[in-house]
Amino acid sequence: MSELLLLIPLALLMGLAWLGAFLWSMRSGQFDDLDGAGSRILFDDGPRPAQGKSKKKE
Amino acid sequence: MSALSAIAPAVDLRDESRGACAHCGVSVPAAAGRFCCHGCEAAYGIVQGLGLSDFYARREIAPTARALRPDDEPEADLSEHVRVLAGGRYALTLLVDGLTCAACVWLIESVLARESALLKARVNLTTRRLTLEWIGAPADAMSFVRRVRALGFRLVPFGATVTETDPAERELLRAMAVAGFAAGNVMLLSVSVWAGHVEGMGVATRDLMHWVSALIALPAIAYAGRPFFRSALAALSAGRTNMDVPISIGVTLVAGMSLFETMSSGLHAYFDSGITLLFFLLVGRYLDRRARARARSSVEQMVALAGASVAVLDDRGVARRCAASRVRPGDRVLVAAGERIGVDGEVYDGRSDVDTSLVTGESVPEAVSTGAVVYAGTLNLTAPLKLRVRAVGPGTMLAEIVRLLEIAERGRGRFVALADRVARLYAPVVHIVAAATFAGWMLLSDIGWQASLLISAAVLIITCPCALALAVPVVQVVASGRLTRRGILLKSATALERLALADTVVLDKTGTLTLGRLELDRRCTPDDGALRVAASLARASRHPLAQAFARAAGPGAVCADVREHPGEGLSAGVVRLGHRRFCGVDAAEGDATGPELWLSRPGHTPVRFVFRDHLRDDAAACVAALRRMGLQVLLLSGDRAPVVSAVAGAAGIDQWVAGCTPAEKAERLAALRAAGRKVLMVGDGLNDAPALAAASVSLSPSSAADIAKNAADAVFQGELLAPVVETIVVARRARTLVAQNLALAIGYNCVAVPLAILGHVTPLIAAIAMSSSSLLVIANALRLALGTKR
Repeated sequence: MSELLLLIPLALLMGLAWLGAFLWSMRSGQFDDLDGAGSRILFDDGPRPAQGKSKKKE
Repeated sequence: MSALSAIAPAVDLRDESRGACAHCGVSVPAAAGRFCCHGCEAAYGIVQGLGLSDFYARREIAPTARALRPDDEPEADLSEHVRVLAGGRYALTLLVDGLTCAACVWLIESVLARESALLKARVNLTTRRLTLEWIGAPADAMSFVRRVRALGFRLVPFGATVTETDPAERELLRAMAVAGFAAGNVMLLSVSVWAGHVEGMGVATRDLMHWVSALIALPAIAYAGRPFFRSALAALSAGRTNMDVPISIGVTLVAGMSLFETMSSGLHAYFDSGITLLFFLLVGRYLDRRARARARSSVEQMVALAGASVAVLDDRGVARRCAASRVRPGDRVLVAAGERIGVDGEVYDGRSDVDTSLVTGESVPEAVSTGAVVYAGTLNLTAPLKLRVRAVGPGTMLAEIVRLLEIAERGRGRFVALADRVARLYAPVVHIVAAATFAGWMLLSDIGWQASLLISAAVLIITCPCALALAVPVVQVVASGRLTRRGILLKSATALERLALADTVVLDKTGTLTLGRLELDRRCTPDDGALRVAASLARASRHPLAQAFARAAGPGAVCADVREHPGEGLSAGVVRLGHRRFCGVDAAEGDATGPELWLSRPGHTPVRFVFRDHLRDDAAACVAALRRMGLQVLLLSGDRAPVVSAVAGAAGIDQWVAGCTPAEKAERLAALRAAGRKVLMVGDGLNDAPALAAASVSLSPSSAADIAKNAADAVFQGELLAPVVETIVVARRARTLVAQNLALAIGYNCVAVPLAILGHVTPLIAAIAMSSSSLLVIANALRLALGTKR
């Protein structure tokens, strides 16, 4: 049964890591705009301060 | 914005958008070029110049959203809305009107990314808000705002009091995450304990499992249960009881008893039941909260957009924009062509046509000239008008309608949702059963108080309304999701329940049963030659009747030198198109039931064109469908009797009333309610708003006046009336499903509660019963979404 002493804390730590990641992503506002985030990735050239870099893509 | 200057040489430039403005997508007279106005041309230039032309390929134009046309909106002072952050940074949150898709988000963010002073410019598509953060001066906001405005989006300052997301919603989500984590891990340990019962697990190992479970479950319950504990305490201290009281007592009791069992090395601990129960309840609570928050935020947006401004002329005749609420009676106000009039006033200069359809329901524009009185909420069509203000704020017709609206809304009373009514009955029953179980075991057996208490705790856990708490929110989420996919936006959380109960439908005419758009009546059109000539003049104007010509005749040439005579008609040399007097026709000739235009040409007798406001394509079919569903259909209109009767006949409605004022409409609805009818009102105009609020439930098309959309419980998009039928169908199915779910939940209780009272419920049975009933309820609710996806 001694393996339990390792496995249970290990499982708990993994669970806690997930919980921490979720709470962090929530706090950093990643759940604020579910509609927008879904389609944002479709636009490859993310808005960047790209002065004078005019693309010719038509 | 001038219609006349938009006449370009009749060259076909429309390579990508036939007959539609290349920027905003609004249909333009075919020969008028690629743009509907200078604003759009400029916006198109900006987008092309920044190399962002992909926008036009990527966007999805929502046919019902506000066109992306840059207007000559006032430059409202935004500095009072700017928030000061630490480190010399400033922030501003604005509501973006005209945002339809992710491409709009991309366009705005890309344009603003070129502003080096901006630290952050982020558009939230869900809440339609733009958040700006920059270093510099508060006044810099105006330059950023101007850039976005030039693209055609309207920006409305949003009070800093409105937070981004609801803090209560966030707390529920956090509690749900913690409960979910704990439930999963405790369940893992519990499964091994249950397996140990069969396999013969040693006492020491079982105790270890129980202790670890306690270590996870107790803090999690303390944290995730706070929303319930708070609400239960509040209810108890007010001398009431609600659903949260049995939940709180049950969970606390179970946690306490399980801890006691663990310490005394007992056989069963119910930590998993307690935390799983909380998790399921939090899921239901969160879904419910989100639905409510969405409904509320759509209302907030409509309110924010309703605030308009007015151009006031000072002594030197210079126009200055200010909020409509700051205008004083006697002030002089300039109303540009195409602008909505913000005050009640008397015209002292200018001639124009005014579209009063939102106020009176009349579909033909009214010609006004010096001395005429115009009302707030109407639309100035053809030429600028100068007004002397008669009344503002509380004195206007608009304000009168708002007042009626408030009275009607107060009369609607509070509708008690089905779930709340069930909860009121449920809580006392649960407490009595649990107490009786404890008393029964104490009196009739000799197992001692701890065991008796454990059994009665099991009763509380088993009766706890897992399935019941999910039964309603899950159905609501699925139903509103299905409606949203069809372009129907629910604004009120209880709208579905009220819709399902409706037994009478009251329809408005203009803009609801009809499209509110005049079309040339082809049956009465004299000959194609006359139509071609008339259309060549009409293409130069933005008057609704002229635009109807352009639509009927299709693309074609524009006559040179067309002059617009506001309130009278159009002329090109000796050819005239317009009012019968303008064309020199005797007033007695022909009957004048509907809107008409005359064409006079030298050498021809004057020709008459008749216009009709077309029914929505499926109006008759929808009325028939509503009838088949057992609903009575009525038509209430502010228009004249012959017109209303014709429309009612075409749509197959036999009960109609014409010439109703806003107050009369609301009164009729009140009378119907007094007769015990549950009325669904469908309307779009300002004059319908009080009636919309007076009805037990109301719908309005997205083309409606802001105030009507505000008063309605749901807003539907598109050119068809079918969403009305669809909404009722979904509402009725949702009601059936809610009833089924409640029956399932109660049926489950009928089986499980006797078992619990007899003391046969082990943690294993409790877990199986609870999860299976919850899953069953969710699966049943999902049936509503099935069969609609293609």
